[in-house]
Amino acid sequence: MGDAHDHSDLDRQVRAALLVFACLLALTAITVGAWRLHLPTRTAITLALCVAAVKGSLVAAWFMHLVAEKRIIYWVLALTAVFFVPLLLFPTFGALDAVRLH
Amino acid sequence: MVTDTAVEHAGAHDAHEEALGFWRRYVFSTDHKTIGIQYAITGLLFLLFGFTLMMLMRWQLAYPGRALPILGKLFGEARMPGGTMLPEFYNQLGAMHGTIMVFLGVVPLAVGGFGNFVLPLQIGAPDMAFPRINMASYWSYFVGGCVMLASFFAPGGAAQSGWTSYAPLSDIATAGQTWWLFGMVFLITSSLLGSINFIVTTLQLRAPGLGFFRLPFFVWAQLVTSFLLLLAFPPLEAAAFLQLMDRQAGTSFFLPSGLVVSGQVIAATGGGSPLLWQHLFWFLAHPEVYVLILPALGIVAEIVANNTRKPLFGYRSMVYAVVFLGFMSFVVWAHHMFITGMGTTMAAFFQTTTMIISIPSVVVLTCLIVSLWGGSIRFNTPMLFALGFLPMFGIGGLTGLPLGLSATDIHLHDTYYVIGHFHYVVAPGTIFALFAGVYYWFPKATGRAMSEALGKLHFWGSMVFMNVVFLPFFVMGLAGVSRRLYDGGASYAHAQHVLQWNQVSSIGAWCLALAQLPFIVNFFWSAFRGRRVGENPWEATTLEWAAPSPPPHGNFPRLPEAHRGPYEYSVPGSDRDYTPQWEPAGA
Amino acid sequence: MDIPYTVAVRPDTGLNNGKIAIWLFLASEVMLFGALFAAYVMLRVGSTSWPAGATYLNVSLATLNTVVLISSSVTMVLAWASLVRRDFSRFRLFLGVTILCGLVFLVIKYFEYSAKFHHGYLPRTNTFLAIYFTLTGLHGLHVIGGMTVNAWLWGPGSALWKTDPAHFTNRVENAGLFWHLVDLVWIFLFPVLYLL
Repeated sequence: MGDAHDHSDLDRQVRAALLVFACLLALTAITVGAWRLHLPTRTAITLALCVAAVKGSLVAAWFMHLVAEKRIIYWVLALTAVFFVPLLLFPTFGALDAVRLH
Repeated sequence: MVTDTAVEHAGAHDAHEEALGFWRRYVFSTDHKTIGIQYAITGLLFLLFGFTLMMLMRWQLAYPGRALPILGKLFGEARMPGGTMLPEFYNQLGAMHGTIMVFLGVVPLAVGGFGNFVLPLQIGAPDMAFPRINMASYWSYFVGGCVMLASFFAPGGAAQSGWTSYAPLSDIATAGQTWWLFGMVFLITSSLLGSINFIVTTLQLRAPGLGFFRLPFFVWAQLVTSFLLLLAFPPLEAAAFLQLMDRQAGTSFFLPSGLVVSGQVIAATGGGSPLLWQHLFWFLAHPEVYVLILPALGIVAEIVANNTRKPLFGYRSMVYAVVFLGFMSFVVWAHHMFITGMGTTMAAFFQTTTMIISIPSVVVLTCLIVSLWGGSIRFNTPMLFALGFLPMFGIGGLTGLPLGLSATDIHLHDTYYVIGHFHYVVAPGTIFALFAGVYYWFPKATGRAMSEALGKLHFWGSMVFMNVVFLPFFVMGLAGVSRRLYDGGASYAHAQHVLQWNQVSSIGAWCLALAQLPFIVNFFWSAFRGRRVGENPWEATTLEWAAPSPPPHGNFPRLPEAHRGPYEYSVPGSDRDYTPQWEPAGA
Repeated sequence: MDIPYTVAVRPDTGLNNGKIAIWLFLASEVMLFGALFAAYVMLRVGSTSWPAGATYLNVSLATLNTVVLISSSVTMVLAWASLVRRDFSRFRLFLGVTILCGLVFLVIKYFEYSAKFHHGYLPRTNTFLAIYFTLTGLHGLHVIGGMTVNAWLWGPGSALWKTDPAHFTNRVENAGLFWHLVDLVWIFLFPVLYLL
C-alpha cells in the first residue's frame, strides 16, 4: 500500500465527508421547513422519516464509511436490520390486531 | 507470520504470568481459562442456591400451610412466621429461583464457563480477542449476582413478580423489584461484553487450516448463542429502564389508565401498556431459551462423537440447522402471549414460526441420536449424561408443541404443564449436558480425572429423580393446576385429584439434592487428589486436546494448525481409532 | 502473549479485531434504541390523543443541537483523517472541537430540561413527556459516554500514538464509529419527538 495511493483515497474520503456535511445541513433545513408547513399528520410522519432515513444513510455510508466496508460487517448489519423490523412493528401491530370486546 | 510471533511470545509470557501476584493471577485474571473457571464455579454455586430456594418452596407445595420443622424458624417472622411460609415469601422464592437459575446459573456456566474455557482452545487460539473485556464481563456478572442476592434483604423482600416481572404487578412491587432491575442491567452488560468477545474471537483467531466447516459443533453453537445474546438482550435492557422510570420517576409506560390497587385508583397518568412489557421481555426471553439449549447441544455433540468413536452424523445439517434455529428464535416470541387477547393474524404468524422452529431442533436431535448407530460406545460418565440428555430433551421438545399452537395453549398456558415442558429441556436437558461437560473437560482444566464411580452414582440418581420431580407436572398441568400457586392448587376443586403429585415431586426434589452430593464431593476431591492425566485422556480429535492439561498461559507451546475436520474417528486405514485435527497429514 | 490481528488485518475477513467488535456493539445499540422507538410507536398508536412536539419542546434549540451534533461528526472524521496523515496536532484540534460540540449539546440539553422542570413538565406528567425524557435521557448518557472516551483518547490515551500509531489510529476510528451512531440516533430522535 503506497502512501500516495493512501493519501488520494483519504482525500476523497475527506471531501466526501464535507459534502455529506453540507447535505446534512440542507436536509435539516428541509425537515424543519417542512414542519413549519404544518402538513397533515400522515404526510408529516412519512416525510420526516424519509428525510431522517436519507440523513442516517449518509452518516452511515460516508461518516461511518460503510460504502467500503467488509462483507462480515454488512452481514451483521443486515441481520440486525431483519430483527429490528419485527421489534419495531409487532407490538403495535399486535395491539391493532387484538380482539376487541366492544 | 502471526503464528511465529505468538509462539515466540507464548513461552515468554508464561514466565511473565508467573510473576503476577495472587490477585492478578487468580482473581483479576485476564486469562480465559481462569475466567472460565471463575464463571463455572460461580455458576455452579448459583445453581445450587437456586435449587435450594426451590427445595424450600417444595415443602410449602407438598404440605401447604404446615410449618417447616427446625429450618423454618431461621427465616424470621417476616418470611415464615412460626415456620409457615407466607405467600409473599413463596413468590420471592419463585421469582428468584427462575431468575437465578436462568441468568446466574445456567447461562454463566454454559456460556461464560464452558464457552470461555473451551472456545479459544478448540480454535487453537492463545486467548480470547479481548482478555481485559473478558475479565470485565465476569466481574459485571459477579456484581449483578451480588445485587440479586442482596435483594432478599431489601424492604419487602426480593422481587416477587415472577422471573418474567410482568407489569403492572412489577411496577407496583416492593423495593426488591428495583434491585432486580439493577441486577439485570449488570448481567446484561456482562452478556454483551462476552458475546462481542466470543464472536470476534471465533471470526479472527481460528488457527491456520480451521475453516468454518472444520470447526467443532460446540464452536458453532457458541457462535450462534453469542449472536442471540448480542441482539436480543438490548430490548430487555430498554424495558428495564422503562420499568425503572415507572417505579422511580412515576411514569406510566406499563401502567394502564385507571389501575386499581387494593381498592384505590393509583395516582399515575396511565395510558401505558402492560403488553409492551411482555413484548420487550419475551423478545429477549425467547432467544434466551435457545441460549440455554445451544451450548448444551454443542457439549453433547462433542461427547457423542468422542464416545462413539465415529464422526457426527450430519455435521453440515447440524450446522445449518443451528444457524437457522438462531435466526428463527427472534420471530417466535409472542407464543408466550397467546392468551393476551391476540388477534388471529398475530396468532397465526407466531404459531407458524413456532412450528417451523421445531424443525431445526428435530434435525439436531435426530443427528445426535443417529450418530450413535454403529458406534463403539464408551459408557463413561460424560457419555452417560450425554445419552441421558437425548430422550429428556426429546420429551421437553415434544411437550412444547401443544404450547406452540394457540388453540391448545389456551388450556395449557400458565399451568404446571408449561413448568414441566421447560424444566425437561433445561434440567435433565441442559443441566445434564453441563454435567457431562464438567466430567469431560475437568481433566483438561485440572490435569486430573474425576472418579467414575461417583460420577455414575451422580448420573443414575439424577436421572431417576429428575423424572420423579418433573413428570407429574404434565399430569397436574393437564388437570388445570395453575403455576405460581402458593398452595400448589390445594384450594381448587378441579385440582383435588392430582394434588398428591405435589408430594411425589417434592420428595423427588429432596432426593435429587442428595444425588448431587457425589458430584460435589467428586468435584473438589478430584481437583486435589484425582488421578493425573496427560493431554488427551479421552483420545479425542479436537484442538483443545493438543494443549497440556492444564494448559499454560497462552495455551499451546506451539500454536496448532488444523489439517482435517473435527471428528475424524475410525478413519479407514489408520492404526488408531482417532486422527486428531492437529496431526499433520501423512504422519 | 500477543493477540493476533489487534492491529493487523486478518487476510480472510479483511478486518482487525477492534473494528468487528465496535460494529457488533453498535448493532446491539441499534436494538437498544429500537426497543425504545418500538415503545414510542406502540404508546402513540394506542393513545387517544398525542401532543405535538412543539407543545412542550423547543424546536429551535433542538435544531441547533442537531447542527452541533452533525458538525461534531464531521470533526470526528477529520480528527481520524489527521491521524492517518500523521498530523497529531491537527488530530488534537479536531477531536477537541468534537468534545466541545458534545459539551455544547449537553449544555443546551440542560437548558431544555430545566425549562421543562420549571414549567412543571416532568416524566410523570404524561406519556409523551415520559418517552421524551427517557429517549433523550438515554441518548444523553450515550453522548456523555462518547465524550468520555474521546476525552481519554485526547488526553492520557494518546500516549499510544508514540508507541503504536496504527493501533491508536484504529482506536480513534472506532470511537468515531460510536460517535457517529450517537449522531445517527439523534437524527431520528429529533424529528420524531420535536416535529411530529
